[in-house]
Amino acid sequence: MMRADNLFKTFNPGTPLENPVLRGLSLTIESGQFVTVIGSNGAGKSTFLNAISGDIGPDSGSLFIDGQDVTRQSAWQRAGLVARVFQDPLAGTCEGLTIEENLALAMQRGQGRGLSRAVKASYREQFRAKLATLKLGLENRLGDRMGLLSGGQRQAVSLLMASLQPSRLLLLDEHTAALDPKTAAFVLELTDRIVSENQLTALMVTHSMRQALDHGHRTVMLHQGRVVLDVSGAERSRMDVPHLLAMFEQTRGEKLDDDALLLG
Amino acid sequence: MSLISMMGALEIGLIFALVALGVLISFRLLNFPDLTADGSFPLGGAVAAVLIAGGHDPWLACGLAAIAGAAAGWLTAWLNVRLGILQLLASILVMIALYSINLRIMGAPNVALIGLPTVFTPFISTVSDNAWLIQPAVLAVIVIIAKLLLDAFFASEAGLALRATGANPRMARAQGISTDRMTLAGMALSNALIALAGALYVQTQGGADISMGIGTIVVGLAAVIIGETLLPPRSLWLVTLATVLGALLYRLLIALALNADFIGLQAQDLNLITAVLVGLALVLPKIKSKLRKKQGGHTA
Repeated sequence: MMRADNLFKTFNPGTPLENPVLRGLSLTIESGQFVTVIGSNGAGKSTFLNAISGDIGPDSGSLFIDGQDVTRQSAWQRAGLVARVFQDPLAGTCEGLTIEENLALAMQRGQGRGLSRAVKASYREQFRAKLATLKLGLENRLGDRMGLLSGGQRQAVSLLMASLQPSRLLLLDEHTAALDPKTAAFVLELTDRIVSENQLTALMVTHSMRQALDHGHRTVMLHQGRVVLDVSGAERSRMDVPHLLAMFEQTRGEKLDDDALLLG
Repeated sequence: MSLISMMGALEIGLIFALVALGVLISFRLLNFPDLTADGSFPLGGAVAAVLIAGGHDPWLACGLAAIAGAAAGWLTAWLNVRLGILQLLASILVMIALYSINLRIMGAPNVALIGLPTVFTPFISTVSDNAWLIQPAVLAVIVIIAKLLLDAFFASEAGLALRATGANPRMARAQGISTDRMTLAGMALSNALIALAGALYVQTQGGADISMGIGTIVVGLAAVIIGETLLPPRSLWLVTLATVLGALLYRLLIALALNADFIGLQAQDLNLITAVLVGLALVLPKIKSKLRKKQGGHTA
């Protein structure tokens, strides 16, 4: 379970570039729920995700993961609770390290690291089995450098890495935005499978309203740093992209530029 | 070039192999441009020289020199990660401060060790002069042990975390690695190796001198860069091997340049040759890839 209470974050406070990104954002996600997040550019989606992961600290408000107050914890301290996949396929892995070394890093997520061998023989078997499920032939390339893989392959491995250790929350930050449509579809399908197989609590930010409605159990829309729309259940399953747009305009009482949101 | 002068070049090359391994950790693995070496190398030399001159065991002197170097590296990293001082500037501050500290430790601009026992003494024959052979041999054993220990460390969980810290700090933090702590530990390790090299250096040279650190970082970097052009960086044990070979090759090249009378170079030209060699080593790979691109363009 994740609970965000009244989060505020302003970038460059007190300067001409002052930019209030989060303005009292509150959201609670129950265990096992898969929530998709949409919103126009600057709505605060990425900042929200970075606040949950600990990459940035909120100015005020509090954040609980699994009942634990993590508001003041740095990213590495809460890594045992939060797993994440970045938007940039290059960001989630180390290109200079081999596939098995990257996976071994993720194997120890949130745990102490000692002087025993990082890539253990027992790990290798596990890595091979897990990689085989991707059907990309990577199970035979454990010793290859990560940099030799394509963006889609790296994103698939990132997803796998996020699921090697149990986590209380999986953060997906537009993780298919940098991929071509076919690869994006593959990675999304993989996401659905990994989330449901491991019964993960997940938060997926996306630019596409189509994706937001097709995946997960609940859709949340952010605007100007707050939650302006929150749909789930029957209401959501009846919903289509035009509906979502209309609801958004109704809620905000303003006309939304179609370009502001990419219709997937 | 005579056999004796070649063994001399090998001896210094082996000492600088330790420096190069330290520079590899800071510059390449941690991505931390660190000039502390110019201070931590003479720091190790000063600590070892004063202890040996004071009648202490030379191995103990080496160990304490390495610890002093670790403290210097840790301080540089601390200035960066805790106080937010730019990496290069933090290392320059520590380097400058160490000049005064080294003078304090030595109590004079130089400390002589002639006739005192060193780590080499037990192996050197008292009847025939075999120091020219024994010193490089002992150093080679030390360098090989250091290389193998580093290889084992970098394959460990903590070692892998250190490499991830340099390669992709954001990803490392997302995996629960404290990149600050890793930087502190890695910089300590790097400068411990460099100070150990300084401690061994004074024992081969018969004394410590306050100016012995000048250009240490450039030589270490030269060895790393030459090593990178020698062997492909396919795995880390190859990279450390290339670094050691790079240091040896670099000293041999310097010795050759200084010994070739027809060029007219003399000992005082050493730093000039170093700068030219490093400059070439930095530029050559770029020219090579440019040429390759041009050829590729023609065939495509």
